Amino acid sequence: MRNFCLIVSILVALAIPASVITATPGFAVLPDEKLSDPNLENRAREISKDIRCLVCQNQSIDDSNADLARDLRIIVRERLTAGDSNQQVKDYLVARYGDYVLLTPPLNLETVFLWAGPFLLVAIGMVIIFLWYRNRTPETDATPITNTTGLSPAERQRLAELMAEESPQERSTEKSGKM
Amino acid sequence: MTQDAHRAKRNKFLLGLLPLLIFSGLIGAMGYQLLFGKDPSLIPSALIGDPVPRVELEALKQDKPGFGPQDFGPTPGNDQPILVNVFASWCVPCRAEHPIITALAEEQNIPVYGLNSKDTREAALDWLDELGDPYTRIGYDPTGRAGIEWGVYGYPETFLINPQGQVVYKYVGPISPRILNEEFLPRIEALRAQ
Repeated sequence: MRNFCLIVSILVALAIPASVITATPGFAVLPDEKLSDPNLENRAREISKDIRCLVCQNQSIDDSNADLARDLRIIVRERLTAGDSNQQVKDYLVARYGDYVLLTPPLNLETVFLWAGPFLLVAIGMVIIFLWYRNRTPETDATPITNTTGLSPAERQRLAELMAEESPQERSTEKSGKM
Repeated sequence: MTQDAHRAKRNKFLLGLLPLLIFSGLIGAMGYQLLFGKDPSLIPSALIGDPVPRVELEALKQDKPGFGPQDFGPTPGNDQPILVNVFASWCVPCRAEHPIITALAEEQNIPVYGLNSKDTREAALDWLDELGDPYTRIGYDPTGRAGIEWGVYGYPETFLINPQGQVVYKYVGPISPRILNEEFLPRIEALRAQ
């Protein structure tokens, strides 16, 4: 059981850094795009980091130098200047490009497995490890076997035959039937 | 050896095969996706099922109108499907698909609206002079802003609009004869049969 705890803690230790490390910021915002209001500009940067560049697809529009990324960055800033909330800006883009434009997909029926999948897999893994350990515990622990009536009649007969035919010397030299 | 030992040995053997089986399964699934799967870079349009974007496009040519939402949908003049083809003179695949767009317009007798995006008027007009102009209407969108309203992210893109003015289908990339036969013609036929 101590080993089981060890494995679980290793798994948890491995999982934490993966969730903490994020992509290194590339940041492709050009000087002429920047808003003079630092507050709005910060919000624009924050939104842009979660908007996928649809041309390069694995970069955010904040990181990408693609033409479309620039256009979308400008639109984000225009919407913010017009008084939109962060969510309204995202909704504006989602209406045109779909959920795919968000780098953090929303939790809905289509994406529930995406979100729940990792936790489900860890849970399944933990159940497997737990069952595995529970099954092998009786072998490793030096529990005295108290149940001596657990042999079937056929086994008892075979045991009696072996006891009867083999002398102790023969048994020690014979290769046992163990695998 | 007893029957139990046999069984234990067989179980151990099967357990040893498990990683190989899982690995083969993964190879199979990935290979299938690689060879026959859909291109993951193609994003389905978010507009499917929705009315066309409410954006007015100015005319590219003097003698041919641009278009807006009123040029689609259930108006007396529009009782059939319409294609919207996003193109630009700098876009090489647009040049490649141009003969197919022309054939669609002429042979299928389907109105094709051109959306000339992120282009200059001179270059676009030269391009049409050179390759021919199959379009019923052409909207001029030098900034690409209308393209964004339409959810355009690649060139060319072609939308199929039903007679009710809703987006039914979008194809990203040049239309090849295969795409024409497998994707566009059956859909156009189905819309006309309704």
